[in-house]
Amino acid sequence: MLLVLCPNCGPRNSADLTLMGETGPRPDPFAATTVEWRTYLYEEENAAGWTTETWYCRLGCRRFFTTERHRGANRFRHPPLDLPAEETGEAP
Amino acid sequence: MSPARLPARSGEVIDRGRPLTFTWNGRAATGYEGDTIVSALAASGCRVFSRSMKYHRPRGILTADYWDPNTLVQVGDEPNVRAGHRLLEAGMAVSAQNAWPSLRWDAKALTAFGGRALSAGFYYKTFMRPRWLWPVYERVLARFAPGGVIDPDSTPRRHDKRYAHPDVVVAGGGPAGLAAAAAAALAGASVLLVEHEHILGGHLRWGTEQERVLAAELAEAAGAAGVEILCDATVTGRWEDNWLAIVERAGGGGPERLIKARAKVLVVAAGLIERPYVFAGNDRPGVMLSQGVRRLLNLWSVGPGAKAVVLSANEAGDAAATDLEAAGVTVESVDARAGRTVVAAEGPRSGVERVVLSDGKRFDADLLVTAVGWTAPTSLLNMAGVRPTYDPVGARFFPSPPVDHPTRSGASATRSLSAAEAGTVLSTGGINGDGSLDELVGHGEATGRLAAARAATVAHRLQVATAWAAPVNGPEPPYPPDQREPLGRDRHPEMYRSSTDGIVDLSEDVSSRDLRHGAAEGFDSVELIKRWTTATMGSAQGKLETVNVVAVLAEATDSSISQVGTTTWRPPYAPVTLGALAGRMFEPVRISSLHDLHVAAGMHPIGAGQWIRPEHYGDPEAEVRNVRTNVGIIDVSPLGKLDVQGPDATDLLSLLYVNKWRRLAVGSVRYGVMCAEDGVILDDGVTGRLGDDHYLMSTTSSGSGAMEVWIQNWLQTEHPDWRVRVTPVTDAYTSINVAGPRSRDLLGRLVDDVDLSSEAFKYMQVRRGAVAGVGGCVMWRIGFTGELSYELHVPAGYGPAVWQALLAAGSDLGVAPFGLEAQRIMRLEKGHFIVGQDTDALTKAPTAGIEWLIKLDKEDFAGRPELQWALEGEPDGEPPELPRLVAVQPSDPVYVPPESCQIVAVGSDGGERIIGRITSSRFSPTLERSICLAQVEAAYAAAGTQLTVVDVTGRRWTAAVMAHHAHFDPEGERLRV
Repeated sequence: MLLVLCPNCGPRNSADLTLMGETGPRPDPFAATTVEWRTYLYEEENAAGWTTETWYCRLGCRRFFTTERHRGANRFRHPPLDLPAEETGEAP
Repeated sequence: MSPARLPARSGEVIDRGRPLTFTWNGRAATGYEGDTIVSALAASGCRVFSRSMKYHRPRGILTADYWDPNTLVQVGDEPNVRAGHRLLEAGMAVSAQNAWPSLRWDAKALTAFGGRALSAGFYYKTFMRPRWLWPVYERVLARFAPGGVIDPDSTPRRHDKRYAHPDVVVAGGGPAGLAAAAAAALAGASVLLVEHEHILGGHLRWGTEQERVLAAELAEAAGAAGVEILCDATVTGRWEDNWLAIVERAGGGGPERLIKARAKVLVVAAGLIERPYVFAGNDRPGVMLSQGVRRLLNLWSVGPGAKAVVLSANEAGDAAATDLEAAGVTVESVDARAGRTVVAAEGPRSGVERVVLSDGKRFDADLLVTAVGWTAPTSLLNMAGVRPTYDPVGARFFPSPPVDHPTRSGASATRSLSAAEAGTVLSTGGINGDGSLDELVGHGEATGRLAAARAATVAHRLQVATAWAAPVNGPEPPYPPDQREPLGRDRHPEMYRSSTDGIVDLSEDVSSRDLRHGAAEGFDSVELIKRWTTATMGSAQGKLETVNVVAVLAEATDSSISQVGTTTWRPPYAPVTLGALAGRMFEPVRISSLHDLHVAAGMHPIGAGQWIRPEHYGDPEAEVRNVRTNVGIIDVSPLGKLDVQGPDATDLLSLLYVNKWRRLAVGSVRYGVMCAEDGVILDDGVTGRLGDDHYLMSTTSSGSGAMEVWIQNWLQTEHPDWRVRVTPVTDAYTSINVAGPRSRDLLGRLVDDVDLSSEAFKYMQVRRGAVAGVGGCVMWRIGFTGELSYELHVPAGYGPAVWQALLAAGSDLGVAPFGLEAQRIMRLEKGHFIVGQDTDALTKAPTAGIEWLIKLDKEDFAGRPELQWALEGEPDGEPPELPRLVAVQPSDPVYVPPESCQIVAVGSDGGERIIGRITSSRFSPTLERSICLAQVEAAYAAAGTQLTVVDVTGRRWTAAVMAHHAHFDPEGERLRV
């Protein structure tokens, strides 16, 4: 269970939130082609790398917010929480 | 059976003043308080505890602990009880598993004669063809399935769950773990210590007097330091950010409990597990590991044999020999460090009689003890991304740091643990290395202090990250570096398989020969051989056998243990019962303020989402007739209600709904449909304009929660600049629909400040006023039932008063409550669709016949492009032929086709094809005939089309498509009176 850092509520179990998907712009509904619109509807990059995601703090403040998660390592980039990498390469 | 209980000795954990009686395979037996089932049975001379899974070979004690693969038993209605761990209780009915007709005479042992047929992968090879025989194979194989018996009538237990948030969790209560826990607690951390066994102390407990004293001192110090101690519990899984699953076993008390813990730092101090040795006859009863022997002797004062051969490659083996001699057993020591080893244990069917050594010497013995090395249970570390590496000098795997972890700049990242985690999972004790007791305790203490310091850093950062919490005073504590003095590694001979073949996995009956055959057949990686032979997949789950599997495979493939590597260690480390995982359900139920009145009126309840609602009060058809002729009232409180206010409120409605809102007059209501961005109908409902910038919006009862999220998503992510507030007020109002030709008469008796005349309060208008003296009510004149009706939204606290006033004031008008079923019948008579019932996740708006609502000439709204393409066709394309929602009447007026019945037609190839389905169906008491809504392909949607409906029995019924969705009063005259 990931710890998700909600900007209002602080760290919470990911089960308290809903992952809404990758954050991206909504195409102009008057100009979008069918391909552009359906890409927006159904497709995600789902790269095994850093991805900007929208989360919804379902059981907390009910705010939507974006955050960065590495989908390969299943890690968030939480600057206030991360221990400095250079100090953590030691044997456990 | 010859009694094997030794005279009382210091350090034993049994209470000889408290004898317990129980039964073993139906015969009376006795033990003492403090005994495990195994120690009590061993004390009464029992040598054979089970039959092996595949060959049904007799099996005896190997480790005398939780992981013993040979001592799973049935206790009453509980199967697969680990008898080496479970404490004895008076009255237990214990029986052997995998034995028929009895443990002594097992008919299935005949499979041993056909051993070749049961070689590795035999399931795959033997029972694949012919496929049509599989049902027969399955019945036969099921009879051979291992394990105990489940009693379907046993009483279900209620398992609770606990959530814990300790600073530090220490997994393992041996010397290093106890020292770590105490040191962390003394440094100010809240510490949870989880010990697998019933008593703290680890291997010290079956050690010397001095070791036992040290164990007691360490345990006392941990308790005194304020450590919360859980015995008979296991940290069974570790996930991201130190999310831990701890299974707290019953230990004879309450049912098993799952603890979900979020630890800031995890300290793994799981100790070492002794590894069995592979040689001919190594699974005979009487072949034991040194730790099992010492446990039996020193904890429970049970003599495991009379004449022993001890094969020792380390101090633990030497200590076992010493212990045995002290107990009066004749011991022949075989020192593996001097190059001697064992090649076979021989004897009669069920035991050891003779031991053959590598130098050809033979010894008569009834006990063969092996101490050939250790396995580090690095499972929890592996779950944190640590990959163990093999060290041939120490002859075991050791944890190693992650090879590649994401840096703060994000330059690289792997599946292994991240920078944040590397510092918050520590290990100590035997997993890390060897040393004197002082060194182990010292390493544990240093680890505990480090854990506490790092937990403080994590706590500080969590505090900083929590915006609403109290501001953080003081600077962040400096990140504590790891300055522990590492533990050494003792030289240990590499001993896995002798020159003969034996059983590698005792729980799954996999031999070293099976593994070699598997490798020769091409299953030459450790992950493949595991699945092909099922080695490491039995009850011991690799704790005892994994490294031997790797070693035998390395030998077979002419590679090294490090090259072969281990299989993946996944949670759970220790088994968890499904009941504990499931826990108790805490599903909230919602009731309206009128619930008690409904109960008193004899409602028949129905669950609708989270709500408990009246389905009817005895006779739904009578309720329909009463509404059609007199007046009825229904509780519609679950209807989702949102108060929308602000200068941009109209913009929001225009964005959400497919229809227009700008010209809706204050005092009017309008029906609206919301679509998702793919044009599929999401929700519908009525919204009333209470003021220029103020609306009361309603959603479906089932969709209210999802709509709130949907609306917030638009507001927060697409239009954060809009000045509009959306407040859920579903529970703030009790909603009552007053429906029927006499509803105006009834309401007139209770409303003074609103002119209810048809000229002043028209259909689809909204008024605010007082009902039965209750101010602040919102009244909508709408009509889901098709009758003149008023929907009252009453401040929830006054709901019961208004409901009772309506019933009292209208007794002469025939007023009566009606339930959900009557409402559903009447809406179907009127042809109103229900989102989610008559529509599904593929139903785009035009299907429901609401093209007239969709306004493509207005500004942007949700789903606009898809709806445009659905109505006008995609660029350079024709409009698609979407299915249509139509009203249908069966030609047999008393036949009501079940909902979801298929509608078929003869296709161009002459065969039948599904062209639609019945979405709603009821018998209409008003029309005295069956009525339906159905979704059919566009070609079959024209009025008058004859459809063929197929019921579940395959019978065909004819039905006709109607001209209008409404079966009753299609012009809506009754609404507008």
